[in-house]
Amino acid sequence: MALMDFFRRRKAGATPDLDAAALRSDRFRLERQGDWQRLEAIVARLEAGRLRRISDDDLLALPALYRMAASSLAIARETTLDAATLNYLETLVQRAWFQLYGTRSSLGSWLRRFFGGGWSEAVRAITPDVLIALAAMVAGTLVGWLLVSGDPHWFHALVPGEFGGQRAPGASADTLRSTIFGEQQGTTGLSAFAAYLFGNNTKVAILAFALGFAFGVPSILLLIHNMALLGAMLWLFDGAGLGTDFVAWLSVHGTTELFAILLAGGAGIHVGRNMAFPGNRSILAAAAQSGQRAAIVMTGVVVMLMVAAFLEGFVRQLVNVTPARFAIGGAMLAFWVAYFYVLRRRPAMGAD
Amino acid sequence: MATAPHLAREAKRHRELITPEGLALNLTIASRGARAGAIILDFILIHVTMLVVTLLLMYLAFGVFGVSGLSAGGPLELLAVVWLIMMFLFRYAYFLYFELGPRGATPGKRITGIRIAARDGGRLTAEAVIARNLLRDIELFLPLVLVAGAQSGDGGLAGLAALAWFAIFMTFPFFNRDAMRAGDLVAGTFVVEAPGRRREGALDVSRAALGQEEVQGSHAYRFGEAELGIYGEYELQVLERILRDNRADAMAQVAETICAKIGWTTGRGDERAFLEAFYAQLRARLESELRFGKRKADKHATSE
Repeated sequence: MALMDFFRRRKAGATPDLDAAALRSDRFRLERQGDWQRLEAIVARLEAGRLRRISDDDLLALPALYRMAASSLAIARETTLDAATLNYLETLVQRAWFQLYGTRSSLGSWLRRFFGGGWSEAVRAITPDVLIALAAMVAGTLVGWLLVSGDPHWFHALVPGEFGGQRAPGASADTLRSTIFGEQQGTTGLSAFAAYLFGNNTKVAILAFALGFAFGVPSILLLIHNMALLGAMLWLFDGAGLGTDFVAWLSVHGTTELFAILLAGGAGIHVGRNMAFPGNRSILAAAAQSGQRAAIVMTGVVVMLMVAAFLEGFVRQLVNVTPARFAIGGAMLAFWVAYFYVLRRRPAMGAD
Repeated sequence: MATAPHLAREAKRHRELITPEGLALNLTIASRGARAGAIILDFILIHVTMLVVTLLLMYLAFGVFGVSGLSAGGPLELLAVVWLIMMFLFRYAYFLYFELGPRGATPGKRITGIRIAARDGGRLTAEAVIARNLLRDIELFLPLVLVAGAQSGDGGLAGLAALAWFAIFMTFPFFNRDAMRAGDLVAGTFVVEAPGRRREGALDVSRAALGQEEVQGSHAYRFGEAELGIYGEYELQVLERILRDNRADAMAQVAETICAKIGWTTGRGDERAFLEAFYAQLRARLESELRFGKRKADKHATSE
């Protein structure tokens, strides 16, 4: 570019004509523009993600260069009327600011902090909301059970057709038994089934969280509705004398999956509750603070759902005995509870 | 500068952000049009990639492995798992990956020149980016599914109610000053114009070197207090732009206007030297007043 050449020529000519510049604002610019351009070059490389191309010297100088440009801008705003210099500085400082205060943590270090305490800390922080979600889930299960035991027609209203399949009121105990024991669709196709389950459950969990935005009410409704389905199922199997077996069948993945949905609902309620009762903060600040904490929980929920899908797709179909199923489900539940509430490490998340 | 009349309309979108150093940064809220354009571009990109991946996997399944019928297991099952995971990643990880990058913008946002930023001037955290993208589901994907479903009339009255509910989320950016969508609100972020995309911002420092050479030429023209006092900062900027554009007819016209105003007559052909001298001396005068805390926004302002 001709303009760049023009500039280089001047720079090459040793001293920029400081004396020739009569205007004080021009002298101000000439004295500092070398540093500005160095900062600009570094920022451009940062933006392109080419970290390796930046020399150690440049990286070390970056904070000082940024502060210098920032103070130059503050001075220029009050002393210079050269619109081009001002615009250039405004843009430069903004770009540098975005790089210096951008998302800095690499994915690896973020995950290490996440699993090493950040996740369980966030879960503990929303304990009251998790309890509310738990109450909603228990209530939902009870409602489902009571409704169906009062009038079996409710079953069809609560359980969608394609979900229930053979499991419907009036089915014989043998039919029901065959749905929870034995190879349902063979052991082939299980991994695809697991991947499908994961995708589906994740959508439900994200919905439970995202709906919390409207002051938490839809999250609670969603939890109640989903758990009513479970309650209806429980009633059905209990009626056929298969209650324990059904719970065991469910617990293999259910302890993990229901825990994940519980946390997702809790996260949604957390955001909703903080927006409804922000305390001394502004609603916006409260929403942002609780939203970011809930986001950590939700990332964990996705991880839990992956585990649940694996258990549901593989383990449940392969382990066919009630006590063994109880053992797996119980062990998973104990693991999660221990991980979240017992093993405490120094808090690390969010503060860097 | 914000007082310049032609900028008054845009002032509504200007925000001041205080950095941890205490410097006020001038950011501009991204227009809703730019954001709509960005999401449409991203959608096209995601779906084209999804389609290509699907076709590729189908080619692998039918062409390479030669699937006969529906014999599950083996390579076909693997491909199905890969496909399901890819679809999940495109839906959720696409936005996360790009917004966590150094530019804080998806490809669509980059093309339309916008990016995300933390509303409080602090660091943009990974948690914030995750939070704002989790809500995208109820704002965009679900309503689109509902709209598609509403045509078949399956949902009935409940479907319409749900549609109204989601319409609240979709129109959320139109009901707050910062054009935040629900996800931005929960994450503490907003979408701003990316620096360096504005035309003036792209100027090189070297172009700012106007004042220098003019000073030499300015000996030919000397203006007094009264002559320089008629203009303010806005006129100075207009003059600067005219000098940069360097179009002979525009310069002649401006020189004529100034001469008429200050009662001079200038020779033809020397307009540039005249304007440069006027610019340099006007700027010197206004800047020296600036140092004493006096600003004169434009010619209508009384220099107090």
